[in-house]
Amino acid sequence: MKMQLKLVVPVIALSALLVACGEKETGGIKPEVYTDSLFAVMKADRTNYTKLIVKRLGPKGAGVIKPDEHWQDMENGAPLPAQMFRAGAEGVAELTDNFTYSLQSLWPVNKQNAPRTELEKQGLQYIVDNPGENFYGEETLGDVTYFTAVYPDVAVAEPCVACHNNHKDTPRTDFKLGDVMGGVVIRVPL
Amino acid sequence: MYLVGETTHGHHQIEMACNTCHTSPFGGTEVLQDACVSCHGEELKAVSDSHPRSKFTDPRNADRVEILDARYCVTCHREHQEDITGAMGLTLPQDYCFNCHQDIAEERSTHVGLGFDTCASAGCHNYHDNLALYEDFLLKHAGEEDFLAINRRKALNSLQIYLDLNNPDMLEPSDVVVPDWIAVSTEISEWHSSSHQQAGVDCQSCHQPDEQSDGWVESPSMEVCASCHAPQMESFMLGKHGMRLKSGLPNMTPDMAKIAMKPDMSEALLHAELTCNSCHNPHDVNAMEAAVEACIGCHNSGHVNSYAASPHGQLYAQMHQGNLELKHAVTCATCHMPRVEVIEENHRVVRVNHNQNDNLRPNEKMIRSVCMDCHSLAFSIDSLADEALINNNFTGRPHHHIRSIDMAVERDSQIEVRDDSYQ
Repeated sequence: MKMQLKLVVPVIALSALLVACGEKETGGIKPEVYTDSLFAVMKADRTNYTKLIVKRLGPKGAGVIKPDEHWQDMENGAPLPAQMFRAGAEGVAELTDNFTYSLQSLWPVNKQNAPRTELEKQGLQYIVDNPGENFYGEETLGDVTYFTAVYPDVAVAEPCVACHNNHKDTPRTDFKLGDVMGGVVIRVPL
Repeated sequence: MYLVGETTHGHHQIEMACNTCHTSPFGGTEVLQDACVSCHGEELKAVSDSHPRSKFTDPRNADRVEILDARYCVTCHREHQEDITGAMGLTLPQDYCFNCHQDIAEERSTHVGLGFDTCASAGCHNYHDNLALYEDFLLKHAGEEDFLAINRRKALNSLQIYLDLNNPDMLEPSDVVVPDWIAVSTEISEWHSSSHQQAGVDCQSCHQPDEQSDGWVESPSMEVCASCHAPQMESFMLGKHGMRLKSGLPNMTPDMAKIAMKPDMSEALLHAELTCNSCHNPHDVNAMEAAVEACIGCHNSGHVNSYAASPHGQLYAQMHQGNLELKHAVTCATCHMPRVEVIEENHRVVRVNHNQNDNLRPNEKMIRSVCMDCHSLAFSIDSLADEALINNNFTGRPHHHIRSIDMAVERDSQIEVRDDSYQ
């Protein structure tokens, strides 16, 4: 059963329409505020999972869990932070159609996570070329127009860098701490 | 009743329960999708479906969905389309992988020149379940001996856990109470060495299940069995033996089967309803009989009829002769009703999956659930890809070699060794 966030998206659509017509905005949430807020939750949850679970209970901590790409095949396996993030995206997809998100990269370990749409390609390149900035745009996919936001995914911990540099499927092996390794793409239908 | 087309082997038993799938007369694809997921959703989750619906509801794949709408099961598995239905109920040409993976040869040199109609060949890829086929798993099990030195088969322990937790009174024949008019000497004799006796289950437990009633039930229903064996009943109703019950239809009978049944079956047996007692004698509860003789009593195929003379069948015979430990015997149920371990109330419970279709198709699903208890991954993949070998119940060695492990090893050897563990 999908949740219906009926209030949010019409407000965004109305807001976008009014702004486009030059009318004074009467309220509602700007699309970028909406996606910025979603990203804030995602980022906080991911950071917390990395620090409070993986770091604390993993090999560098209590050593009771084993973060691993194939965690489901291990007795004490735990999803890598990026996998946890993707699991969240899949879970959200089962709950609502009102937004989607994904983790992508110009240098993906899994080629299916390379940018596909023109706006994704443009956005991922933009956040690499402009560290610290986000990217916003609109695109039409199928018959639907979307507000699409791309947020930088920065290597904040050594394991992120080591795992991506050393993975046998990685197309890039020189990531450093602080590099933009990819981006979070959030899409909202308008 | 008029059907728009012949129903597939997977659903023919429930074709008269239209509303199992067509839950609303006004429903479209979404309604059908809900019906598919209601029966098959859990098994897809359990195998970490490689192509979950969520991959395709993401708008970034809208262009792909226009070509192949993989958001819906019925895009690939259309029912009542006998003319175009292939293995696994697939109603698409087999080269459908091309739509999204056409550049795979650029990424993997090992795939250069391979046709897209070969992706799902035995031992390579499966659209949904790749638990035994993913690259790192192939690498992990490369180079193993065909016959493993250890037997990894799990031992059943649910009875022991029950006994430990409940400490039931050990009943003797003198303890049981039955109506005077019933002659039960044989049944009591059988019961006396059964697991029911160990568990404190006496005659009245099944024949007088309603404690408030003094009525004697000659043939207790399956519900009585399920009152203690709920997980077994649940899995039974997911397989072809019990799926009609889940749809509210009367029990399956052998004459409904589309696959061959023994030609000399009596009319009574052909029309006998499949219940727990069809395979399990309710009094001695001899699981070995249920694991071989019960199956062979009805089923009729080259595979079944070759069992007795096959290496697996010979192990079973040796066990019967007292020359082999029970755990080394390979019965029909060993492969088709595998043991599964679940954690329940802090106990690791090992019990039998009574859905004999759970790992049957595609047969790579057997690799991890069964074959690799005794054999290497490579031997298992090759054997399951050899139809003649399957037909003679694995008498001999595989005549084919599937290169999936070789390809994984070849690719791995071309990549600089790096430590990719999470430190």
